Amino acid sequence: MNTNAPVGAEAYGAAAPPELVQLLTPEGERVEHPDYDVDLTPEQVRSLYRDLVLVRRIDMEAVALQRQGELGIWASLLGQEAAQIGSGRALSDQDMVFPTYREHGVAWCRDVDPIKLLGLFRGVSHGGWDPAEHNFHLYTIVIGAQTLHAVGYAMGIQRDGAEAAAIVYFGDGATSQGDVNESFIWAAVNNAPVVFFCQNNQWAISEPLEKQSRIPLYRRASGFGFPGIRVDGNDVFACLAVTREALRNAREGGGPTLIEAYTYRMGAHTTSDDPTRYRVASELEAWKLKDPIERVKAYLFKNELADQEFFEAVELEADELGKDLRRRCLELPDPDPLAIFENVYVDPHALLEEEREQFAAYLASFEGVA
Amino acid sequence: MTAMTTGPAGTAGGAASATQNGTANGTANGTAKGTAKGTAMGTAQGTANGTAQAARAGRTAGGRDGGTTTLTLVRAINEGLRRSMEEDPKVLVMGEDVGKLGGVFRVTDGLQKDFGEDRVIDTPLAESGIIGTAIGLALRGYRPVCEIQFDGFVFPAADQIISQLAKMRMRSLGAVRLPVVVRIPFGGGIGAVEHHSESPEVHFTHTGGLRVVACSNPADAYHMIRQAIRCDDPVIFFEPKRRYWDKAPVDLDAEPDLPLGKGRVVRPGTDVTLLAYGPMVRTCLEAAVAAEEDGRSLEVIDLRSLSPLDIDLVAESVQRTGRCVVVHEAPVFCGYGAELAARVTERCFYHLEAPVLRVGGFATPYPPSRLEDHYLPDLDRVLDAVDRTFAY
Repeated sequence: MNTNAPVGAEAYGAAAPPELVQLLTPEGERVEHPDYDVDLTPEQVRSLYRDLVLVRRIDMEAVALQRQGELGIWASLLGQEAAQIGSGRALSDQDMVFPTYREHGVAWCRDVDPIKLLGLFRGVSHGGWDPAEHNFHLYTIVIGAQTLHAVGYAMGIQRDGAEAAAIVYFGDGATSQGDVNESFIWAAVNNAPVVFFCQNNQWAISEPLEKQSRIPLYRRASGFGFPGIRVDGNDVFACLAVTREALRNAREGGGPTLIEAYTYRMGAHTTSDDPTRYRVASELEAWKLKDPIERVKAYLFKNELADQEFFEAVELEADELGKDLRRRCLELPDPDPLAIFENVYVDPHALLEEEREQFAAYLASFEGVA
Repeated sequence: MTAMTTGPAGTAGGAASATQNGTANGTANGTAKGTAKGTAMGTAQGTANGTAQAARAGRTAGGRDGGTTTLTLVRAINEGLRRSMEEDPKVLVMGEDVGKLGGVFRVTDGLQKDFGEDRVIDTPLAESGIIGTAIGLALRGYRPVCEIQFDGFVFPAADQIISQLAKMRMRSLGAVRLPVVVRIPFGGGIGAVEHHSESPEVHFTHTGGLRVVACSNPADAYHMIRQAIRCDDPVIFFEPKRRYWDKAPVDLDAEPDLPLGKGRVVRPGTDVTLLAYGPMVRTCLEAAVAAEEDGRSLEVIDLRSLSPLDIDLVAESVQRTGRCVVVHEAPVFCGYGAELAARVTERCFYHLEAPVLRVGGFATPYPPSRLEDHYLPDLDRVLDAVDRTFAY
């Protein structure tokens, strides 16, 4: 909590302990919540566990590839797997996702080939998947800009009379952006079918939450006129339940919801970042006890819903996935130089055609030169 | 951001009410400025009168002759929007005050009444939100036409236009198309307060992924807005606000005679090529008329499209005339004229009798309106540049 909060901040809830929707404790105990529940078969729980492990493995492999110079940079999702898998598995096919650049877990849920994500960070494209094919929009790097795209898309859903919702991901830092606040306003006055999914991972690169807000983020929603709720972002059951309900409400005309998934960025902001410069190691140790994967594993164990063979099979699958991803990453060809001019416009553009022609001739002038 | 009510909104309203009262000369414009040097609107031509008449004609849609109607530029865009909305149910109009009010310049007048609030959307007052949500609507298959109320208010939307709208197609390797039109009334000469008179076109011509056009007259305005809406690329559509009340015959049923990306020789000549777009086209035409009396034949090209640039048209002309003067309201330094001068030099080096000269705004912020007549290129400054090209 912000110890420097101005006098009177308590009146706005700054000091009150925020309620947190939790269905699975860090120890793997299933707990009840008056408003939210999930009814999952053992198979479904095992499937969530598998998702969590596999996306963490993709992330690990990508970090390693960056360290070996194969990726320019990578934004790790370490610690945020439950928030992403829980919300991602709450989606229906017709819902549309607007991610930041860290939603590798949600991309997994939408069947976006992870090699596409690696291609972006390797620099062979700026994204390159078809958003309509996966109902998963392109990664957006400018903080918060995609929130407006999601609301516009949701306004389109309204006009189409479709039963679908948009969900947009952003972080705690993004809540300071004008675009995010504008998107809240647009969503509210239009009663747009959109879910704002904020992963509060406590850090905007080096800036802690108290540099962004003097009240818990989920309470921002009330000022805009729609509900906000805080969920344990490391609890995949709770994230699934809360997101599922918010999406259902949106699809049925209930308007927007802000979900604050309270989680922790266990890694660096990106591979270029050094968190030892701004946060203490004990903080990470404390959050490791709340690991999003360990608690599902404990739950499966305790309730005898999975045996050792299952866990080993998932590990093996993860290793194979990592290996395959590594191989395909190394095989990614650099684009043709003339691809610079591709996909800028739909219709021909005289200037680009002229530049392409000149550059092609320039490149050709080197042919045959030793 | 909002229009200062004492500013151009007042000016627009003032002009209209002056018309209704039949006091053509008493435009808010003239009163607000009241300076000696002939108001910018009345550049050497008594256009205060013309403006008022145009406003009246525009409101009542003049006399029809088959598909041909005399329209103000405002009304021409309005008709173009209306036609586009009739043709394609995916076309939406959105912006601040575009609904019930019909826009501060009345460009969208009556559209909400006829097409409903779902298609003509009065948005919250935030420019980034307008463009950002338009992108989302386009991703869902709509064709939004956004109004930015005034040139100087486009900057809060700069990220959404420059970093999102322009780049999303490349980001998707061609999977995404964003047929979004951003209409921006631009330029000075209406006696407005700060931020209501700017010419920000090069910010957008400098951004790959955008098409940038500027209309100069009612007929082009009608056809170009329809072409911009049909275009599958994002189009920044500049409207010459001080020419909003110019009127001319427009054939509403005709097909456009030029593609969106092409320029037009609007007055043939033999001695100097004047290059202009938007509000400066008329200024250049007036200069050409005046120059004729001095025995000089000026060719005037209305570029119409700034990105792409119709360089072939320009080069062909300059190779004939051997002299070239570029005219725009935006600052000369790093302005669109700099690009034109460089390209004309590359294409016409051996034909040039003089360097390409540029006439435009100074390297300053746009001045207070009592000074704008000194800042804006007018007939005399254009002719002065023409004289200088003959001094080499």
